[in-house]
This record gives sequence, C-alpha cells and structure tokens, in this order.
Amino acid sequence: MQKTKTRINTSRWKRYFARNWQLYLLLIPVILYYVVFHYMPMLGLQIAFKDYSFRRGIWGSRWVGFKHFERFFRSYYSGQVISNTLLISLYSLAVGMPLPILLALLLNEVRHKWFKKTVQTVTYAPYFISTVVLCSMIFLFLSPDSGIVNRLRISMGYESIYFMGKPSMFKTIYVLSGVWQRTGWNSIIYMAALAGIDPQLHEAAMIDGAGRLRRIWHINLPGLIPTMVVLLILNSGSLMSVGFEKIFLLQNDLNRSSSEVISTLVYQQGLIQHDFSYSTAVNLFNAVINFVLLVAVNQTARRVSETSLW
Amino acid sequence: MHYIRSKKDLFFDIFVYFLLCIAMLIILYPLYFVIIASFSDPLEVLAGRVTWRPVGFSTEAYKMVFKDSQVMSGYKNTILYTLAGTSLNMVLTVAAAYPLSRRSLFGKNVILKFMVFTMFFSGGLIPTYLHISDMGLLNTFAVMILPTAISTYNVMIMRTFFVNSIPYELEEAAYVDGANHLRSLASIVIPLSKPILAVMVLFYAVTHWNAYFSALIYLSDEKRYPLQLVLRSILIQNQASEESLLNVESTFNRMLRGETIKYALIIVASVPVLCLYPFLQKYFVKGIMVGSIKG
Repeated sequence: MQKTKTRINTSRWKRYFARNWQLYLLLIPVILYYVVFHYMPMLGLQIAFKDYSFRRGIWGSRWVGFKHFERFFRSYYSGQVISNTLLISLYSLAVGMPLPILLALLLNEVRHKWFKKTVQTVTYAPYFISTVVLCSMIFLFLSPDSGIVNRLRISMGYESIYFMGKPSMFKTIYVLSGVWQRTGWNSIIYMAALAGIDPQLHEAAMIDGAGRLRRIWHINLPGLIPTMVVLLILNSGSLMSVGFEKIFLLQNDLNRSSSEVISTLVYQQGLIQHDFSYSTAVNLFNAVINFVLLVAVNQTARRVSETSLW
Repeated sequence: MHYIRSKKDLFFDIFVYFLLCIAMLIILYPLYFVIIASFSDPLEVLAGRVTWRPVGFSTEAYKMVFKDSQVMSGYKNTILYTLAGTSLNMVLTVAAAYPLSRRSLFGKNVILKFMVFTMFFSGGLIPTYLHISDMGLLNTFAVMILPTAISTYNVMIMRTFFVNSIPYELEEAAYVDGANHLRSLASIVIPLSKPILAVMVLFYAVTHWNAYFSALIYLSDEKRYPLQLVLRSILIQNQASEESLLNVESTFNRMLRGETIKYALIIVASVPVLCLYPFLQKYFVKGIMVGSIKG
C-alpha cells in the first residue's frame, strides 16, 4: 500500500518535471545571481561583530561582540547623524508625498488630450536626468558669484548667499530639488489609480448634484488612499536610509553638520578610513531598524486600513 | 462623459490649466536655462545677462567638450556598459519573470520570497565590497554589469504583466500543439509583451547611463570610468582634465569658459536619455504598478 503510493507520487513528480524542467533551467542563473550577489555578501555581515583584519579575512577575524555598535552610540556624532537621516527622510516625505497626488488630481481634470500629454512629458523629464547632472545644476544655479539665483538676489538689492555652505539651507535644497526631479514621475502611480476608479461613482454623484471639487474630494481622493498607504509603507522601510548618491555629491565640509547621514558615514568610515568592521556595524544597525520599521508599519496598516504589502 | 458647461465649470478649468502651466514652467525653466547658457558667451553668463535667450551666441563650449578625450572616453565606456548591461538585464529579467508567472510552478512562493527579501535587506556596502573584491572583480568591465544584473522590482513588474495580460488558455493551446515552455515563451509571450519589454529596456538603460556609484567604489582605472564619473570630476569637483589645462590660452579664459563648458556637458550627457523617453511614455503606467510588489 505504502509502496504503491510512493510509486504514484514519484511518477507524478517525473511527469511534472518532464513537462516543466525548462522553467527550472531558466531559473538557475537567476538563483545563482541572487546567491552570489545578494546572499553571499550577507555572510560578510559577521564582521560587524569582529575586528576585521585583511590578513585573517572575514571568517578568521576575532569576535568582539557589540564593541563597534557601542562605539557608534558613544561617538559624539551618532545623535546628529541619526537625526539628520530622520529629518531629511521626514522632510522629503512631508513635501514629496502630497505634490504628486495634487498633480495627478489636476491632470485627471484635463480634457484636452494633447495638453495632458504635454504636461506629462514635461514633468517626467527631470526624472531621467542623472544625479550627477542634477547636483551640478544645483551648484551652478546656486553659485555665490555666477549663479542665476544670486544674480537675481543682487539685482533686487539683496546680498549674495553661499547656499551650499550653509547647513541651515542644506535640507531644503535637498528636498526641493528632489521634488523638482520626482513629482512628475511619482504622479504616474496615482494616475493609474485614478484611471481605475469606477465612472459610475462620478455619474451617480453628478445626478445628486455634486460639483467637480466635491467629486474630487469625495470620490477621487478616497480612491487614492490604498495607493498612498502602500507607498507610505514602502517609504517607512527606508526612513532611516537616505540615498547615498545625491547627498554624497552635495556634501561639503561646510554643510556637513546638516548633511552627514548614515549612508555617507558608512561610506566615509568604510571606504575612506578603511574601518571595515565599524562601518559594517553602523550599516547593520541601520538595516535592522529599517526592516523593523517596515514590518511594524505594515502590520499597523493591515490592522487599520486593510491595505498592506503582505 | 459629456458635461454641460456652466460658468463655474469654466472657471474651474481655467484654474486647473493655470496651475499646470505654472508647474510646467517651474520644471522647464532650469532645463531651458542650461540650454541657452550652453550656447552663450561665457562672459555674459557670468555677468548674469542670460535669462531668456542666448546672449552672444557661441558653440565654442560644445567644441571644447567634444575635443576632450576624458569626456569622449567616458562616453564610449558608458555606451558599452549600457549596451552590455541592459542586454544581460533583459535576458535575466525574462528568465526570472516567466517561470514565476506560471500557475503550476512548484516552489514559486519560496523563490519569490527569496528574491523579495533582498529588496529590503542586504549585506550593505562593506560586505558587498569585500565579496566583489574576493571574486577578483575590482576594476573589471564585469563589475559594472554583474552586480546589478537583475532588478527585483522590475522582475515583479514583468511577472505581473505576464500573469495578467497573457491568457493561460493561449499557452495551454500551444502546449497541446506540441510547443514546450521555451517555444511558447519565444513565440507567444515575448511578442505579446513588447510594450513592457520596451519600458524595461528604457528603465535598465537609463539606470546604467546615469549610474556612478558602483564605478566610484569599484573602479580605480580612469580609462574605465563611465561618463557620470567624468562629469563628477569636472562639474562637481571642478577638476578640468589635464589636457584642457594645457590647451587653453590662459587661466583667465579657462575660468570664463568653465561655466559654459559645464552647461554644454550637462546637455551632451543628458540629451540621449531625454530624447528617448517620450516615445515610451504611454506605457509607463504599466511599468510602475505598485501592486506588483505584492507577492
């Protein structure tokens, strides 16, 4: 009895595999890629708890427990770096979240197709510009002697300002340039959500005498909430990780007190100072917080709004 | 929907169009300024007299850019990285997305979780760097394309597209007719997915074109530098290449030219990408569905 069952099972498996082996063949290089370039580096995380030395390598270095984590929390800059990271994230989120929604709602009211298309083409453009180019545009426009912004200030009788050297200006420059670059692109997802709203809702509301503003407020905006929640969850997973690329380029010694974030510190300590274990420890602390935040916000969202990532 | 236009409606329309025009102006003006500044006399730009159109029209800056060997070598490298990288990206993305879009694939959820986990957690800078270095990839062509060979996000988008827009029955029929998975992938799935494939090519190509981070940490040989790293040293670190230091008549002139050269460089580096995306614009919505992250 037991034997026949097994035999049937094996033959079912054989048939399944005979039919589907090509799918697994396709997946082999993919899985290999993830193992080699994503999972194997994770093994290197152990050096956060070790004193890494070139000679002994990752596996042979001595364990030191939480020494590097303690060093980070005792350092005079840890508080500032963490608060810079959080402030820049929250600032970006607060300014960067509503504008794409507004843009999508406005675009949705446009009835001339050519106009809608033109606005979209124009607003997407900055997204395709590289970070290096964006940052150099910022430097050129804000330059104290030749930049157009300071030229304008001088012509209006104000003094020229060295924007990039002022810590108090840094976060605003970072956030507003990000808004300029991404608002159009980020509106796409809301446009898609708006296209999915049932037109019958609008017809019914119109019969009830609702004007356009009212319909935007009571139909379109609520229709966007699931999208907003999902994006908010995704963003919460990166609340503690301000992207390295842009901040690194905008950073200089004068604005560092306002611009040093965890990712730039990790780079500085790791690849410049060659303090590999310390850098990895700071990075790991960051990654764990991000992961915990993501899971926590996702759970809360699932309970409160029934929209969640998983 | 047909509206009966009331006065209130018209006023609302005007308001909407007005706001959108303002938005376009805010976005376009910086780009427009870069263009006119690149074609202007450097002195006029420095004096702030360039605002709405080129003053003292000159293409000198562009000539300088195209003469610079560092910029040209960066351009060539970037084109190579983009071509090779995007091809690899596309092959692997399809190879991942297609099996994972099949209903019956055993172990699908495990593989999906295995992939998605890497979107939220990674070894981080140093462990990855050490690993790449251990494999002997530092300062090679491969390091510019292998570590970024797959974007999990793009795989998820492609998978969702395959699941939603290719009828299961169509493939069943093909199977009955004697086609196997690879045949039906090549003759049914790929031809039906051209729009999404085009968007993926654009996304990947733009990523390669604009990337500077992996070059910054993995490359030390300047001959291998991509365009963005060359741009960084000229535009942000203000390091002119040695050759142009020797070429130009005087420091004074160089300083003056410097600014317009920067504007011209920005144009030269960005034009290929900016010319491309409008053609694929109508497919973008398909390319960034957030729902696709949900497993």
